[in-house]
Amino acid sequence: MSHPTAGPTRRAFRDLPFELRLEARMETPRWLSPALTVGAIVVALLISAVILAVVGADPIRVYVHIVRSSLGSVGVISDTLVKATPLILTGLACALAFRMRLWNIGAEGQLLLGAWAASAVVLVPLVPEGTPGIVILPIMGVAGFLGGAAWGLVPGVLRARFGVNEIIATLMLNSMAFFWIQYWVFGPWTEGGFQLTKQFPVETWLPRLSDFAETYPVLGGLTIHAGFLLALAAAGVVWFIVERSAWGYEIRLIGDNQRAARYAGIRITRNVILVFAVSGGLAGLAGMSEVAGVVHRLQDNFSPGYGYTAIIVAYLAKFHPLRVVPVAILFGALILAGREIQPSGVPAMIQGTILFCLIASEVFLRYRVSVVRRETRPVGPT
Amino acid sequence: MIDLQLVVAAGIATGTILLFAAVGEILAERSGVLNLGVEGMMLIGAVVGYATAVSVGDPWLGVALAMLAGGLLSLLHAVITIHFRADQVVSGLALTFLGTGLARVLGEGLSKAGAISLLPRLTIPVLSDIPVLGPIAFTDQSILVYVGYLLVPATWYWINRTRPGLHLRAVGEEPAAADALGVSVYWTRYRYVFVGGLLAGLAGATITLAVQPGWFGDLTVNKRGWIAIGLVIFAQWSPFRAAFGAYLFGAIVQLTLSMQLPPTILGFPNPFFEYHPNTFFLEMLPYALVLVALVLGSRGAMRKRIGAPAALGIPYVRGERGR
Repeated sequence: MSHPTAGPTRRAFRDLPFELRLEARMETPRWLSPALTVGAIVVALLISAVILAVVGADPIRVYVHIVRSSLGSVGVISDTLVKATPLILTGLACALAFRMRLWNIGAEGQLLLGAWAASAVVLVPLVPEGTPGIVILPIMGVAGFLGGAAWGLVPGVLRARFGVNEIIATLMLNSMAFFWIQYWVFGPWTEGGFQLTKQFPVETWLPRLSDFAETYPVLGGLTIHAGFLLALAAAGVVWFIVERSAWGYEIRLIGDNQRAARYAGIRITRNVILVFAVSGGLAGLAGMSEVAGVVHRLQDNFSPGYGYTAIIVAYLAKFHPLRVVPVAILFGALILAGREIQPSGVPAMIQGTILFCLIASEVFLRYRVSVVRRETRPVGPT
Repeated sequence: MIDLQLVVAAGIATGTILLFAAVGEILAERSGVLNLGVEGMMLIGAVVGYATAVSVGDPWLGVALAMLAGGLLSLLHAVITIHFRADQVVSGLALTFLGTGLARVLGEGLSKAGAISLLPRLTIPVLSDIPVLGPIAFTDQSILVYVGYLLVPATWYWINRTRPGLHLRAVGEEPAAADALGVSVYWTRYRYVFVGGLLAGLAGATITLAVQPGWFGDLTVNKRGWIAIGLVIFAQWSPFRAAFGAYLFGAIVQLTLSMQLPPTILGFPNPFFEYHPNTFFLEMLPYALVLVALVLGSRGAMRKRIGAPAALGIPYVRGERGR
């Protein structure tokens, strides 16, 4: 009997001479995962090159420029690490949440709130002026963590208590955080009506390598600051939590199989809220590190979307905290070099293409893919 | 004074943008595919439509190419999630990144383009004479607004009263049963993801060619793709409720915009006029509203256990139980 939907197109679909066949892999060779990651990046760069050529840019010049202006000398390598610092922290924030299959897309907003809270310590001021750096910097760090954590708690509670989709919730909170910063830098904290606050006093600056140039002249001009060490330490701590602690075991179990976790007596609601708070706190630290280590004031648009790039960083690192570090450095290079590239959308486009190729490549990880010739079959519905 | 009639009329126009995107997403999700790439597809639609109108001068060709571009982008998501069985959440995010970057690359220099010819605006002869409703909904609106009016009942009818609509729902709720009946699950999903992409492209073109012409980079769409996805949850996958939500949201955003201007509101000094930074709280309001709507929508869905298609987000593999 003929079926009404079995139209001509559907028949054509079935009549293709070749068929894509996916067989689930029983075991995955150890080399396959890193090989696929590298392969996906190469393919993504090739695709991006084609797009660049189509829109009239010279792909080779763009790529050479990216490498030269991010890794070409000690000075720019230091700049790359400065850009990588917030990416490591926000990348850890995403990796931690994603490991539990919580899609925290709100690292950007949490970063902004962390920066705001750290600035509040200096500008309100919450501690008396002239407090030495060794005291005020840790306070700013705690404030940054708490600011980000508070902003992360909102989607965590909404998700855990009301079943609200955390992706949309975090994105809305990103926008609200953006306007929150705008309010403070245009309003109460403005410096003469410009969208920035006054410069923070020197004792609230994270020490830079160039600060030691008087003793070691080699270090002159190196902008890398103590926030990078903070980020490395955070990577170690998150690694320990996720891979070595009992809590991390709960997180991984919930991420791998929520039903099994519930039967095992793990409290999912509490973990959702807690992971969201810690994730937000890590992103908040990134905001603190930016205001104290780089801009030395609060201003609008100080983040070129670190919190969004962090999503790709976390994914590329396969949610593994230690792998976040090298991936973040790679993307720090892309962001650093991308500032001068025209058209300005190129880094974002390359990032999107890399993520796409990466998830497409995962099919090879889970399945043995083969294109097989179809056995000839009578045409049409049977 | 704030002219409420103008506010609502403008709200319907901007609400139409959300409406197209939300209806497209409803169709894709009803087939079981969550496409979080709406923002990217809208941006591509917006830039392609605008660029076409700038270089060729024909806004209708712009609309057609914008829809095609949105549809093509959605096919990437379709291949990766339907055939390659990748995670729909991550693929949708990737689509947004790709669409955003691509749109910025394509839109290079477009912000300096001069005035373009927009889609025609119409006043419907008899309907515009209806008191209250006429001047708001049927007077001097873009032709796409009227397309929106027609699209909503048509989509509802298609989903709920036609045979292909029945197959669509079957594929989204119980793909194995649909497959056993001879409905191709993959082909159905491809088709509706593509339609979702077409409509997201149309939503983008609605911005640049009708309602808010111009190219302002990412800010052209300004997270409205994400708001449309939130709207789908709020509307519990019903086109009529999505339309109501879209127009209401559009009107509220217009209200927040018009509240910044007058020195007094109802005789009281206007805090947003007195102290300009206060307007940033007005700008936050729509996003807070989406959160509230999500809480309401999600609670309702949890209570009734209806709404979300049962197979949403789950790749279909013949002979395998879903995750």
